[in-house]
Amino acid sequence: MASKEEIFEKVQGIVATELEVDKEQIVMGARYIEDLGADSLDTVELVMALEDEFGTSIPDDEAEKLTSIESTVNYIFENK
Amino acid sequence: MAEALMKGKKGLVFGVGNKHSIAYGIAKELHDHGAELAFTYAGPVMEKRVRPVAESFNASFLMECDVASDAAIDAVFSAYESQIGQLDFIVHSVAYAQAEDLANDFSATSRDGWKLALDISAYSLLPMARWAKKLMPNGGSILSLTFIGGEKSVPYYNVMGVAKAALESSVRYLAAELGPQQIRVNSLSAGPIKTLAGKGIKGFDLLLKINELRSPMRRNITLEEVGKSGLYLVSNLSTAVNGENLHVDGGIHSIAACEADKELANL
Repeated sequence: MASKEEIFEKVQGIVATELEVDKEQIVMGARYIEDLGADSLDTVELVMALEDEFGTSIPDDEAEKLTSIESTVNYIFENK
Repeated sequence: MAEALMKGKKGLVFGVGNKHSIAYGIAKELHDHGAELAFTYAGPVMEKRVRPVAESFNASFLMECDVASDAAIDAVFSAYESQIGQLDFIVHSVAYAQAEDLANDFSATSRDGWKLALDISAYSLLPMARWAKKLMPNGGSILSLTFIGGEKSVPYYNVMGVAKAALESSVRYLAAELGPQQIRVNSLSAGPIKTLAGKGIKGFDLLLKINELRSPMRRNITLEEVGKSGLYLVSNLSTAVNGENLHVDGGIHSIAACEADKELANL
């Protein structure tokens, strides 16, 4: 079972790659669209990358709620 | 040796979104077998995604194309004619429907939603075929991407299924029209595969799961498998295949019921 810290580091790496932003900007409170400049397709690509990395399937209604780093880390921590 | 299959062949690929796109999987096989590729993208939002893909395949041509506009399609082919000239194949992997039309009841589809879906997803193949007649004097191959939802109903696929039916029928009419010129027109019906477009369909994850259980091969297909079958239809391995709809779906199109249905009934 991965710790929240480990999950955060993985998520940080994925988001940095997918959104092409510096890791320093990717803090727990950062929101994808408002703070990290993601467009709606970016958020879909992000979910696909998260599913690949964590070997899980994130249902559409759950994926819609993953609007920030914090909500993403929490979701993976609770469902992985 | 692998390179020889498409060596000296050149073509245009419409519909790459990112590395998960079906068009990407086909482009990769074409590139790996020696083809020279040209790409288009649907607008600024897609440009930042398609440009790195085009660069990774050493594409010499990349241009914006709104396939809902004949003028835009003409502009792309005119530019391609003057910059590259030789055209051996076209990959048409574009489709669009309004999100609400893929979520509501099918009968609720608006006239505008219907027109938009059929215009972008099916009509767009026709102007491309007109240009193929001009730019493929020695024959060639046109490949379009479709889905079983064009033949049978699939939950939430709705107006996109109607558009795919129109597309598959258009493929047959174009195959008849362009055949004398040795230009082949075929479609490839891929099983559900996780792409940006697929993610836009409600319940797609469930569709993947059910497909995995019900498929005669008991698994979903891979992008590489679609790419290889696409390569077959585009290449000289299929020079007598025309007007065909090739299912690359592990065989699920061929069954009406299966053993797994017993388990599914208990879900």
